[in-house]
Amino acid sequence: MTELLFYMFAGILLLSAFFVVIAKNPVHSILFLILGFFNSAGLFLLLGAEFIAMLMVVVYVGAVAVLFLFVVMMLNINFEQIKRGYQHYLPLGVLVAVTLYLEIVFAFSSTGSGGEVFLVSDPIPSVEQVTNTKALGQVLYTKYALIFQASGLVLLVAMIGAIALTFRPSAGTRKQDINQQNARTREEAIEIKKVKTGAGI
Amino acid sequence: MITLDHYLIVSALLFIIGLGGTFLNKKNIITILMSIELMLLAVNINLVAFSTIKLDDLAGQVLTIFILTVAAAEAAIGLAILMLYFRNKGEIAVENINRLKG
Repeated sequence: MTELLFYMFAGILLLSAFFVVIAKNPVHSILFLILGFFNSAGLFLLLGAEFIAMLMVVVYVGAVAVLFLFVVMMLNINFEQIKRGYQHYLPLGVLVAVTLYLEIVFAFSSTGSGGEVFLVSDPIPSVEQVTNTKALGQVLYTKYALIFQASGLVLLVAMIGAIALTFRPSAGTRKQDINQQNARTREEAIEIKKVKTGAGI
Repeated sequence: MITLDHYLIVSALLFIIGLGGTFLNKKNIITILMSIELMLLAVNINLVAFSTIKLDDLAGQVLTIFILTVAAAEAAIGLAILMLYFRNKGEIAVENINRLKG
């Protein structure tokens, strides 16, 4: 059963990743990306990392993929132009990809996964005692608290950067100019008129 | 029996697909950003597989959370730069980005 689930999740993940790369329409790419993220969440569930799996769905599907979708829809892209000139870089891309894959396989198979002894920093407690989420929180907020706050800082800087990059003051908005307000005198601000009784202005 | 090797092969293939995507799509910077997300996902799968199968160590999963954070920040900044570029030039082809050449 686990094998079947693994091959299903991995197969759909790789297929959807492939379609992300070769799809002509960026909207289709993003939808395949969402499918791939869901299947990777399934892989994480199989591995026993439930919190990461849920984080994958919430952060990647809920935030990043939707952000991509919004940007694609807001930019008025000419899809016809994108379609052309695609095969030009195919040989180079395939060459680099195959080379790197062979390198990874070679490096892994030459070192092997024998019975070496590793130094474990945070052993995973057994699932009967502590759930995965709780175990993660117990190390994340104590041992890695400083890095946790630093990653919050990264998000803050990214938010400020994104706003500063895309902000443009539009012409229609009115802004308060305090100096101009204070420089107004009584003469230019108000006008006194004598009104005759019963006549109006 | 699903071993560590299975996960490593899946993650290597995913990384390769993402890398190929950055080379192939010279007309579309959005697909390049998505390929970068795919590569980060491959790294995450690698980390979690080692964390749970081989080493029994939570540090890998903690690291995955931080990679997720950085990936979100990178996507936000990248898309903001993309918006700026599209606003200035009216297209998103990577080939034609040569303004810094002077």
